[in-house]
Formats: sequence, C-alpha cells, structure tokens
Amino acid sequence: MLSNQQTLGNSNDHGDFAGPQLIEIRGVHKAFGQNHVLNGFDLDLYDKENLVIVGKSGSGKSVLLKCIVRLEEIDEGTLKVLGKNIPTLNHNELDQLRADVGFLFQGSALYDSMTVRENLQFPLRRHTERMQGLDEESLIHSTLKSVGLAHTIDMLPAELSGGMKRRIALARTLILRPKIILYDEPTSGLDPITSKEIIELILRIQKEYDTASLIITHDMDCARVISNRMIVLINGINYREGTYRELAALDEPNVKAFFK
Amino acid sequence: MVKDIFRFQGIISFFDEVGKVARFAGRFFKEFLKPPYEFRELLKQCYVIGYQSLFLIGLTGFIMGLVFDLQTRPTMIEFGAESYMPAMIGISIVREIGPVITALMCAGKIGSSIGAELGSMKVTEQIDAMEVSGTNPFKYLVVTRIMATTLMLPILVIMADAVGLFGAYLVESMKGGVTFQLFFNKVMNNLSFGDMIPSFIKSYFFGFAIGLIGCYKGYTSKKGTAGVGAAANVAVVIASMLVFVIDLIAVLISDIFYDL
Ligand SMILES: Nc1ncnc2c1ncn2[C@@H]1O[C@H](COP(=O)(O)OP(=O)(O)OP(=O)(O)O)[C@@H](O)[C@H]1O
Ligand SMILES: [Mg+2]
Repeated sequence: MLSNQQTLGNSNDHGDFAGPQLIEIRGVHKAFGQNHVLNGFDLDLYDKENLVIVGKSGSGKSVLLKCIVRLEEIDEGTLKVLGKNIPTLNHNELDQLRADVGFLFQGSALYDSMTVRENLQFPLRRHTERMQGLDEESLIHSTLKSVGLAHTIDMLPAELSGGMKRRIALARTLILRPKIILYDEPTSGLDPITSKEIIELILRIQKEYDTASLIITHDMDCARVISNRMIVLINGINYREGTYRELAALDEPNVKAFFK
Repeated sequence: MVKDIFRFQGIISFFDEVGKVARFAGRFFKEFLKPPYEFRELLKQCYVIGYQSLFLIGLTGFIMGLVFDLQTRPTMIEFGAESYMPAMIGISIVREIGPVITALMCAGKIGSSIGAELGSMKVTEQIDAMEVSGTNPFKYLVVTRIMATTLMLPILVIMADAVGLFGAYLVESMKGGVTFQLFFNKVMNNLSFGDMIPSFIKSYFFGFAIGLIGCYKGYTSKKGTAGVGAAANVAVVIASMLVFVIDLIAVLISDIFYDL
C-alpha cells in the first residue's frame, strides 16, 4: 500500500515554506471497531502554509483534524503539533496547546443558547492570559470587526445566516490568536458567492493574524485559490501530494475524479 | 433458536447500557468534586429547571389534590370516615402522590429538554467546540444539570404537596364545610417525620435520576437529527421508569424502618 504513496517533485521542496514545522504526522492509524479510517497517514504543515486536504465523504478528513487536537485518540503513529507530542500531553498542556490550534467546525458549532458576544467570551473564560492586556469587550469588538460582523454582537446564532455563522465561528477561533487554524470544510453548505467571501476572508485573516492553515474541502475552487500544497486522502493514506497544478495535471482516475 | 439469540442479545445490551449509565454516574461524582466549579451555569440551570417548572408543577399539583379528594370522598363517606379525609389525603399526597407525580412531570419536561439540548449540542459539534476551547464540557453541561435537577426536585415536590393539599382543602371546604385551620391541623397532626423525611430523600434520588438519564442520553446521542429525537424520547421513558423503580426501593426501605 505504501507504494501508492508518492510525493510529486522533490519531497524536501516545500516551496517558500521552509520555515519551522508546525505539525508532523507519521504513520497515524485510527479505527472505529472494524472501520479502519486512517491507515498510516503522513502529513507535514510548515509555518505560514495553507495545506489543503481533499478526500471523499467519509474518508476520515474530520477524524484526522479531531486527532490533531485530541478530540479523538490515535491508535498508533507519531503526532506532533508545535513540537509537542500530542498523545502524551497532560490535561493542562493539552489545554494550552488547544489554544494555539484554532478549530473551525464543519457546521460552525456556535453555542446556540448564547449570543454572539457570549460565544466569543467562552474561549476567554479559561484563557484570560491570551487577552494581550486588552479588556474583553474591546478584544471581542476588534475580532468581530476583522470578520466584518461587529453589528451582530447581541444576536443569537439562530438569527444569523449560514455565512455569518461561519464568520462568527472564525472570530471565536481567532480570539485566542492561534498559530494554526484547522478548517473543516469552511465553505460546505454555502452558496458560491458566500463561499468566495469566506475564502477571501480566510486569506485575509491568514495575513492579518499570521497563521498556518490546514483546510479540508470538497470545493476545488476553494482549493485552487487557497492552497500552497494539497494532499489527496484515499483509503486512509496520503495518496498523492503536490500543488494544485501538479495534481490537476495528473493522469490518474482516482485523483482526476476530484478535478472534474 | 434465532429468537432466543435475539432475546439473549437484548439482555446483553440491556446490561451493557446499565453499565454505561453507571460509568457515566461515576464520572459525575469524580468531576463534581474537582475545581473549577461552574457556579454561574449551575445557578442558571437551577433557574431553568426549578423556576421555569413552577407553573406546570403547581398546576398539576393543584389538580391532583382536587381530583384525589373528589374521587375518594364518596367512599370515605360510605365508611363513615369523612372526618379522616384530611389525614388520609395528607399522608397520601406527602408520602406518595406528590413526589411521584412531580417526578413524572419533571421526567417529561426536564428529562426531554436536557436530552434534546445536549443531543443537539453533541451532533452539531458544540460539545467538541467547548472541549477545544479549554472548558470541560462534562463539568459545564452535565455536572451542572444533574446537580440542578437533584437540588430542585425536592423543592418542586414540597410545592406540589402544598398546592395539592390546598386543592384538597378547597373540595373539603366546599363539600364538607371544613375550615382552613381545621383541615391543616388535621393534616399536620397526622403527618410525622417518618412520612416526610423518606419522601424528601427519595425526591433527591428522583431528581438525580432524571438529570442523569437526560444528560446521558443527550451527551452520548448518535449522529443526525433522528439521534436527537431518540435521545429526548428514550430519556423520558427511562427516567419515568426509574422513578417507579426508585419509588419501589424507597418504599421497601422505609418499610423496614417502620417495622423496627
Ligand atoms: N466517533 C465515531 N465513532 C465511530 N465511527 C466514526 C466516528 N467518527 C467518525 N466515524 C467514522 O469514520 C469515518 C470517517 O468519518 P469523517 O467524519 O472523518 O468523514 P469525512 O471525511 O469528514 O466526511 P465528510 O466529508 O462527509 O465530512 C466514517 O466512516 C465515520 O462513520
Ligand atoms: Mg467531515
């Protein structure tokens, strides 16, 4: 199976992203009973990089992201984030690490009994040290402003559109100033125009907040615009890696299926 | 043969489920002692669970007392025991009907709403989002809710008892011309601590069971909207059943003490 794995071009060539390595995943396995989801997956994420992962529905993309922040435990393999070995972290270390790794959930996952303000306050409850000397209110305001939704501060999630929810969820992630952001299908369920806005927002945020991103998507337009590098996830392994152009040019049915 | 296997598996999965609930309860006791404590959320839940049930419980308690008196009056008169009405009503309501009716109403109202709320938080990944933002969702959601139901149910029971007795008094005063003072003197003279304490204690257990089952079903609910509906539904059924089981056990135990 390993012979299927192949990196296009020189495997040491990360383009402009020779900076420090933020995530290192080697030979990760994860199964739910008899359902083997990840079968020796490898991944490297470098500083300031946008890495896109594509894969069929049910191929284990969300599971992979959840393993990175230990919402799921891996069965075997190496998983290091910001130099820390994830499976052996204790509770406090894990909380500190999770503040450095933002997670944008597939369906936004806003707390629907709380207002937008309370949603943004929530991560600050346990991470007051991350307020950079600002008071809570102005931090919330400035973060909401950077996603363009300062006026929604007193609204409930039920009053927001899907695109707005996605932006608020992003603001809630940004408020702790993470070093890495994991996006689980940031444009799923949105119309093409809103998707484009979200993509532009992600790129802008990335510059403004200086983060690296790991982005899962089905949306090839999104992948083309955002990615510096891509991984095709098939059968629980990184089946192919390369830039969008390299992968699009591949003459292989498994990969071509994504680019039609 | 095939049927036997199904029946056997049914029994196994029943005990499997009982084991899981027991483990969930164990986790509650472990986490509820550990700081940080979520006082604000506990207060909020006490308000939601206690205060917002007052009207419903008051109304059912009132009707319960009224109907109970109306139904038993003719029989008591037939036996020439009309003057025993207040004593009989008082003991029945305080020892049995008040706690059980209140608990069943709460199983329906509170058990289902906790099951549905936590279930939908689970399937929309809000619980995962809490976990990665440094707040222990079990403490924040489960411990506070179980504590709130446990603390609030005895209070609701006392209120239902009082309102129920008042309902019975109205019937007695209209049909038998009993004064308020006489009615309540007779009720109180015939109620001992041996009637009140066990029913007070078992109310705590009712509250604990309702909170536990609602939280367990919601917190472990399966993916999809059907999972949320099932969580709410099953929570009500099991919690109601548990109310009767606990009642039976409580009566058996207090019976031992009466014999002593
Ligand atoms: N907690 C869990 N328990 C059991 N099986 C799970 C669990 N989470 C995920 N799975 C299984 O793992 C597989 C991969 O799921 P995952 O959610 O990662 O897919 P995905 O690639 O994100 O798909 P989609 O694009 O639809 O979001 C699925 O077969 C799913 O049923
Ligand atoms: Mg997914």
